[in-house]
Amino acid sequence: MTDITNFLIAAVLAACPLLLGTLGETLTEKSGNLNLGVEGMMFMGGIAGIAGSFYYERSVAEPVAWISVAIALVCAFLCAAFGAFIYSVITITLRANQNVTGLALTIFGAGFGNFFGEYIGNSTGGYVAVSQITKSGFNDPLFPNLAKIPVIGKLMFSYNFMIYLGIAIAIFMWYFLAYTRKGLNLRAVGEQHGAADAAGINVALYKYIATCVGGGITGLGGLYIVMNSSNGVGGVWVHGCIGGYGWLSVALVIFATWHPARAILCALAFGALSVMRFYFPTSFIPISIYEIFPYLATVIVLVTVSLRKRRANQPPASLGLAYFREER
Amino acid sequence: MSVSKGSAKKTPLIRIAKRADISKLHAWFIRIAAILLALASGGLLILALGHNPFAVYRDMISGAISTKTATIATAKIAIPLLGAALSLAPAFKMKFWNIGTEGQILAGAIAASYFALFHYQNFSRPVLLFIMFCASIVAGGLWGLIPAIFKAKWGTNETLFTLMLNYIILKIVTYLRTGPWKNPSSSGFPKIAMFDASARLPNVFGVNIGWIIVLGIVAFMYIYMRYSQQGYEIAVVGESEHTARYVGMSVGKIIVRTILLSGAIAGMVGFLIVSGSSYTLTDNTAGGYGFTAITVAWLSKLNPFAMIIISVFLAVLKKGSNTIQTNFKIPASASDVLTGIILFFMLGCEFFINYRLIFRGSNKAVEVQND
Repeated sequence: MTDITNFLIAAVLAACPLLLGTLGETLTEKSGNLNLGVEGMMFMGGIAGIAGSFYYERSVAEPVAWISVAIALVCAFLCAAFGAFIYSVITITLRANQNVTGLALTIFGAGFGNFFGEYIGNSTGGYVAVSQITKSGFNDPLFPNLAKIPVIGKLMFSYNFMIYLGIAIAIFMWYFLAYTRKGLNLRAVGEQHGAADAAGINVALYKYIATCVGGGITGLGGLYIVMNSSNGVGGVWVHGCIGGYGWLSVALVIFATWHPARAILCALAFGALSVMRFYFPTSFIPISIYEIFPYLATVIVLVTVSLRKRRANQPPASLGLAYFREER
Repeated sequence: MSVSKGSAKKTPLIRIAKRADISKLHAWFIRIAAILLALASGGLLILALGHNPFAVYRDMISGAISTKTATIATAKIAIPLLGAALSLAPAFKMKFWNIGTEGQILAGAIAASYFALFHYQNFSRPVLLFIMFCASIVAGGLWGLIPAIFKAKWGTNETLFTLMLNYIILKIVTYLRTGPWKNPSSSGFPKIAMFDASARLPNVFGVNIGWIIVLGIVAFMYIYMRYSQQGYEIAVVGESEHTARYVGMSVGKIIVRTILLSGAIAGMVGFLIVSGSSYTLTDNTAGGYGFTAITVAWLSKLNPFAMIIISVFLAVLKKGSNTIQTNFKIPASASDVLTGIILFFMLGCEFFINYRLIFRGSNKAVEVQND
């Protein structure tokens, strides 16, 4: 029983960066922008967040956990949103190909993260790592008292605040897209940008905001990887630490069929797949083959989604297309 | 044509109109200006870090080409990069976003390594190398074929599919390295044995013979894309699948055939890497070539001859970034940042090639409004 409880908890913890990445990309794609730069934006968010906390801790004598956490969150969000902003300028205003621009953002972002991770480490003698104060700010359970309830408490309330933040963003985004005027407008932009423009919606503005906010949210996912997981240590910059989570997120958007609430379950399933090998080791599957599972599952998901083309499960109709008002 | 919403009352400050045509010279002028602007932005970043950008750029170039050893090292980067970019040319022309080059390189490398490690005693050197060459082509092609078939049959998203295959084959290499192919005589970190001398490519002018093969593929690809029927079909599918179907082309067949070719070339690059420079198979064999090749392919506008220039340029950046790491303590990832910036500017500049801006009050604006 405890084994399964521990497994589920580990799955939730591993799912968080995937959830944040998926949510950010969902919002982006709802505006008709297919931003393949999630991996790069996660790198940017991750390094900016940890650098923010790192410099804050060095500049004050007695660092306060919540200030450090807040600084990390804001830096991560803004830096990743900046990456998304570059993408927006090139694809929305300058109408370049979205696929290639996203790939360029991944190359740039990964270089950006690794470059500054190493540079800041070198210039301060050592590597970029935050103190225990910030680390516990990120990793301590949000509801320590409720977590004491047997089994249920552990399963529901033993997590750090990032998990609840991710779930809150998912629910809010679902509400926003399904039940608000602005959400409806955004979906209209992604489905039929020409019609949306004719209806008086500022297409470019919606695309810009959705892409930048979405990028910022994926950046929080990058921050989570750096602060919470990162090879089981946390709170330290590891070269190339994002390691494909951004790309898995892009695939999860398809798996979740562009639905923010469904993204929670999909991310959880993938989180479970990625930690399964620690809890159910087998003698007949070598570890490195076990590690293939999440990627293999992604392939299977891609194929299944493409096989059953249900109308409700389709991507936004204008996904990947630049909007040319003059050619309408 | 470009009458905006507010134009009845007031002409907007800047309007956009499509250019009817633009001379090649003018277009290249804009592109070169974009690269210079990108280098200038990179220079600003270097300046912000407290270094002299001119000194850094100078050391970068001299570190890559000033000595014979450095030039050979740069060429060793440029050869697989050019090969990988060539493999992408037909795929990207078809708008099949194959980002699985990395994995196809590894697939080819695994197949070549199999013969190099376990069958080198059975064949003479030329035969062994030829078998490795063929094996890598077949393996790379087959690894590319998987997503192509799904794309052709059911429209499965190829970007993510090819990408996931990269991770899968990387784990397979790790498995081989730590398991069945582990060199029993290596102590500590598990490694695959070095190839026998007979499984290594000969050198021509100090660099492995791969450069001749790759330059041959440049010529082949140029003719294939420009003058063959298949090249034409690829272009049509890339422009519009509907048109291709309408004129009776078998789109699925074209997709599968093209990606088979694309994967085969990438697989051969894997052979060139293991047999020409690293002499063994590691997790790092593909070493990011597949990803950088996307940059090369895009910057060269899929022109094989332009790819030579761009891949040498990026190889210089990559090799030179190691030099500036030693000289200025600037991390070598700087080359990725710079590559990203150059790509951003090149992508953005296409807009100014395809469109022109009309400012309020200029004569041209009146002309357009009248027609």
